[in-house]
Amino acid sequence: MGEMDTLKKEADGLKAQIEAGRKAVNDTTMATLASGVAAAPRVQLKNRKTLKGHLAKIYGLHWSADNRHMVSASQDGKLLIWDTYTGNKVYAVPLKSSWVMSCSMAPSGNLVASGGLDNMCTIANIKGASPKTLRELDAHEGYLSHSRFLNDSEILTASGDTTCCLWDLETGKQKVIYKSHVGDCMCLAVSPDQNTFISGACDSSAKLWDIRDGGCKQTFIGHTSDINAIAFYPSGTAVITGSDDCTLKMYDLRADQEVNGYQDAALNAGVTSVSLSSSGRLIFAGYDNFNCNIWDSLKAEKVGVLSGHDNRVSCIGVPDDGLGVCTGSWDSFLKIWN
Amino acid sequence: MSSTMPSSNNIAQARRTVQQLMIEASIERIKVSKASADLMHYCGEHAKYDPLLMGIPASENPFKDKKPCAIL
Repeated sequence: MGEMDTLKKEADGLKAQIEAGRKAVNDTTMATLASGVAAAPRVQLKNRKTLKGHLAKIYGLHWSADNRHMVSASQDGKLLIWDTYTGNKVYAVPLKSSWVMSCSMAPSGNLVASGGLDNMCTIANIKGASPKTLRELDAHEGYLSHSRFLNDSEILTASGDTTCCLWDLETGKQKVIYKSHVGDCMCLAVSPDQNTFISGACDSSAKLWDIRDGGCKQTFIGHTSDINAIAFYPSGTAVITGSDDCTLKMYDLRADQEVNGYQDAALNAGVTSVSLSSSGRLIFAGYDNFNCNIWDSLKAEKVGVLSGHDNRVSCIGVPDDGLGVCTGSWDSFLKIWN
Repeated sequence: MSSTMPSSNNIAQARRTVQQLMIEASIERIKVSKASADLMHYCGEHAKYDPLLMGIPASENPFKDKKPCAIL
C-alpha cells in the first residue's frame, strides 16, 4: 500500500517535470512565426477518377511505392488492387473474414496485408498467377486496426489489444511487442528513415517508438479523444494526428510538444484519416461528415475542401511522388484528386 | 472502490509507468521557435517540387482522362 502511494507520487512528479520541461522551450507559436509566410494558394483539386468496384464500405487504402497501383479494403470481403492511371482493377483478393479494418502494400509491390475484427493480419502474395495467402499473423488479442510493411519480411501492426507489434514474415512470429498505450491502438506511421514509428490510440495519446528495441521514446498528449489517424511530416521531425475530438495537431519530435492545431468551431465531426502533400505544406484530412478538408500546415488555415462522397471519408493517401490524393469512403468509392 | 492490499500486478504496472516517465522526462528538447523555423524552412525548400501546391500541367497529369481533340 505504501509502495503504490510512493509510485503514484513519483509518477505525478515526473509528469510535472515533463510539463515544465516542455513549457521551458515553448518560446513562441508556429502560428506567430508563420504569419510572415506567403499564404498557400487556394487549393482547388478536381476529381480526376472515381474507382468503382467495391460493394460495401471502404475501410482502408494504401498506395504502392510505384505511385500507380493502390490496394483498397472493403467490408464486402475483398481487397482490390487498382491501376489508378487506367482505373482498372488488376487483382481481387478474397478475404476469409469480411470484417476488415485496414490494408497495406509492401514497398516491393509483391505483398498485401489485411486485417480487422478477426484479430489477425493476413499476408497475401499478389505476384503469382493468382493471389495466394502467405501467412496468417495470429497473436493479437484484439482487432487489427492498422499495418505497414517495412519490407517483404517485416510488418508492423497496431491492435485494439493496446499493443503494436513487429512480425517476422519468414517465421510468422512476433519479433518485438510495443507496450505502453492504455487504450486501443488505432493507427501507425513509419518514419522516413525507418528507425522509428508513431502510433495513435484511444487513450488520446500518440507515442514514438524505437522499431528495433521496442522502447517508447516519447508520448504526445493534448487530444481529448481517440486518435484515429497519424502521419509523419516528410522531414521526419514532426507528426500530424487526427482525432475524434474533431481536431488535428502537429507535434514536433525535437521540441517534444504540440506546435500547431487545426480546428474550426463550425466543425463538429471527428477526423478519420490524414495524409500530407509531398512538401508537407498541405494536410488532407477526412472527416465523419463526408468531406475532406485541406489545411495549410504552417498557418493552420483551411485552404480547400474535397467534396463528392456520399458517406464518411474513411481513408486518404498521397503517393510518394505527390501527384494526387486518393480518398476512400463508406459510400464504396475511391476518388482521385489533383 | 478500496483495496487494502494492491495486487503485485498493479505495483508492477505502476513501476513500469514510472520507468517510462523517467525516460520521457530525460530527453533534451529544442525551442519551439527553432523547431517551427526548421519545419517552415523544409516546406519552403520543397514547395516548388510539390505538385499539389504548384499545379500539374494537363500533359503531365497521369490521372487526367485524355480525350481526343477534333480540329474542326
